[in-house]
Amino acid sequence: MAKVFIYPATSLILSDLVARFGHKPLGAALGIRERIQTGGVDSPPLQITPEEPKRGLKYAAVEVPSGVRGRMAIYGPLIEEAEAAIIVTEADLAFGCMGCARTDELILFSLRQSGIPILELEYPTNEEEGIRFVAAVKKFLAGLPDGGEA
Amino acid sequence: MAEYTPDYVGTVTKYVFVESPSMTPGELALRAYEASEGVLIKETCFGLQVTGEPESVDRLIEEIRSFDPTHIFVKDRGFPPGDPRRCRANLGGARPGYLGHEREFRLLRYITRGLEELDRREGDEAEPAPPARGKRPLLDIKRLQELIDTEES
Repeated sequence: MAKVFIYPATSLILSDLVARFGHKPLGAALGIRERIQTGGVDSPPLQITPEEPKRGLKYAAVEVPSGVRGRMAIYGPLIEEAEAAIIVTEADLAFGCMGCARTDELILFSLRQSGIPILELEYPTNEEEGIRFVAAVKKFLAGLPDGGEA
Repeated sequence: MAEYTPDYVGTVTKYVFVESPSMTPGELALRAYEASEGVLIKETCFGLQVTGEPESVDRLIEEIRSFDPTHIFVKDRGFPPGDPRRCRANLGGARPGYLGHEREFRLLRYITRGLEELDRREGDEAEPAPPARGKRPLLDIKRLQELIDTEES
């Protein structure tokens, strides 16, 4: 079972397909859950503490806004852990404030720099594209270590 | 700042989405309750949220998927159900993430079609070619001006 980073990191479709074809999807929920279940000082609306931007320094320079570094404290360890990645480009649900947008760019850059196998796709817009989308994901996942189970 | 004491430590929460012509979220919930074995189940408009020990949740998810394999979709959730930081009962509107789910929910029928077709083709036909990544047409400048005018009027 390989660890596969998914982008958009909240994608239902990618998360389901990766798990369905026998691998572990790495998405935002895993990083969020870790923080939600860790006791400490409450800092609404998330369990993000002043420590996070410092941890984010590992992934982004100090000149980068703390919002981006804070977010990278969640995504950075997941990217490090990933053995492969599936990216949906032009995903219109992957938008947000400037912090989210810049973090998304940094995530894609980090993934492409990491040298892990990456599959890049676009969301399907009809049934024929749906078939090709699922087939491409299945084929990519089957080629990963310990892949091939459906 | 208040001391934060987390709930449901050591558990996992997963969303279960059902987009099926033959099964409603209510029916899925009833069948899931029968197989739950101590896993906390919350029924939602799109399916379920299940929370519990990782092994128990995995077992339940496997069972749930078997009800309608190509129409049931699962993903992880960071927050447990009813968390005041995300529950819309406290926020007074749609919770964060709702729009993403809504967007992807519309595409699930294409994924279902893909899963069904690949199951059918298994072994006897060549797999379809991966989708070509064509360049999207750019927004026409006249259309942009129309959009701006519409917004301003």
